[in-house]
Amino acid sequence: MNALLQYAVQGLAAGSFYALAALGLAIIFGVLGVVNFAHGAFYMLGAVTAAVLLDTLNLTLWWSLLVVPVLMFAFGVVVERLFVQWLLRLDPLYNFLLTFGLTLVLVELVKQKYGVSGLPYTPPEALQGRVELAGVVLPRYQLFVFLFSVAICVLVWLVMTRTRVGMIVRASTEKPELARALGINVGRWVTPVFGFGVAIAGLAGVLSAPFRAITADMGNNFAIILFAVVVIGGLGSIVGAVVAGFLVGLVEAFGQAYAPTFAQVLIFVLMALVILVRPAGLFGRKEATA
Amino acid sequence: MLEVTALNAWYGEAQALHEVNVRVGEGEVVTLVGRNGAGKTTLVRCLIGLHRQVSGAVCFLGRDVTRLPAHQRARAGMGWVQDDRGIYASLTVEENLLLPPSVSERAWTLKRVYEAFPELAGRRKAGGTTLSGGEQQMLAIARALRTGACLLLMDEPSEGLAPVVVARIREIIREVKATGVGVLLIEQNVTFAATVADRHYLLSQGRIVETLDTADLQRREGELLKHLGI
Repeated sequence: MNALLQYAVQGLAAGSFYALAALGLAIIFGVLGVVNFAHGAFYMLGAVTAAVLLDTLNLTLWWSLLVVPVLMFAFGVVVERLFVQWLLRLDPLYNFLLTFGLTLVLVELVKQKYGVSGLPYTPPEALQGRVELAGVVLPRYQLFVFLFSVAICVLVWLVMTRTRVGMIVRASTEKPELARALGINVGRWVTPVFGFGVAIAGLAGVLSAPFRAITADMGNNFAIILFAVVVIGGLGSIVGAVVAGFLVGLVEAFGQAYAPTFAQVLIFVLMALVILVRPAGLFGRKEATA
Repeated sequence: MLEVTALNAWYGEAQALHEVNVRVGEGEVVTLVGRNGAGKTTLVRCLIGLHRQVSGAVCFLGRDVTRLPAHQRARAGMGWVQDDRGIYASLTVEENLLLPPSVSERAWTLKRVYEAFPELAGRRKAGGTTLSGGEQQMLAIARALRTGACLLLMDEPSEGLAPVVVARIREIIREVKATGVGVLLIEQNVTFAATVADRHYLLSQGRIVETLDTADLQRREGELLKHLGI
């Protein structure tokens, strides 16, 4: 029982990174129609930035959770204005070429600057060690990651369902052309939405900093699993992205515990099963099957 | 209020509209009759600004809007009631109503919408596409009216609906017309067109081949139905 709960919390913490990143990916895809293959690199940049801020300015995780998303938002805005905006009218192949190319550039730049060995990261003392809950001893940091991510997901969900911005994002995701014909300037939302998606990938990176080896390559494997998450949840579905993120985290954690060599394979087995039963993903809309 | 002059439209190399001239005045209901593939929907998409491969001129309220993007045309007062009704599944009934911005002082309040469409009032928190086909059509029309649009572009509003619903749509169009709103109605249902409209354009292979008044339309209904292939 104790072990099971520990694996579950570990899985939910790992799933938090997937959920947050997939959330950003889903919103970007919904509004821009761009599948952002650079999302893993943005996640890596978030973690690296947190490590650099800690090392140079002694900014702790608390500060990084605030500062890094802001920096990443600005970075996302620049990337969107410089590159991504030109993709919107083009064949999706160009979107792959650009965002994948961007990944290679960012990864190599980080390698040049910070090398290939991992950067160190220590979380604040308050988040170190273990905490005993109802007789089960759990790592404090993993619990924090899970709760923090859930809070962010709930916040995004509230914005999406209760505000005019959310209404516009949902409408332009579902029927972009109609939204324009109804007087919504969809183009105006493209840049902030991309920035937001990048910011939240960066936030996932910050959260993972004390938990993962911080290297230029940390986003590569992450991105592969992230796409499994998106396919499982249903491309463009925000709820699907979050649910599938946590689900994949759990599969990964239990896989590592009971069948370490198959842990990653299990994720793709899950993906294959989901596609067999529901081709559009767990929460995907039917149109996506066509 | 709407003046279309020598409008040509293309899909790549294929020309879909040839020198189309259409005029809709204030408080006038004009139908566009033609068989499937005649170019009716293409014409409406050109008017609202979703199809941009065009030449010629679209003037709206005395202003040349040919180069304006769709959202600015909507804000100038064009309301589109799409042929598939265009109701958002991810938005509630009320959100569907509130999504488009109000564009004039003619804009309806939600209260007025719910009084005119009581079937929507009870379902305001329901998902847009959980409504029946007829209710979705009411929602689409109500959404356009709520913005205060002064020109309604309605693409086959009576299609696939029960006679009692069609009768309500006819009433709504008459009421809207009485307030000075212009309506361009795409219809294959000649009988329905004859009961609501002042003038009729017959569109065939991308050309306006005839302009008829309602008396002509009724007299030649049999011939037109044959032309429409119904």
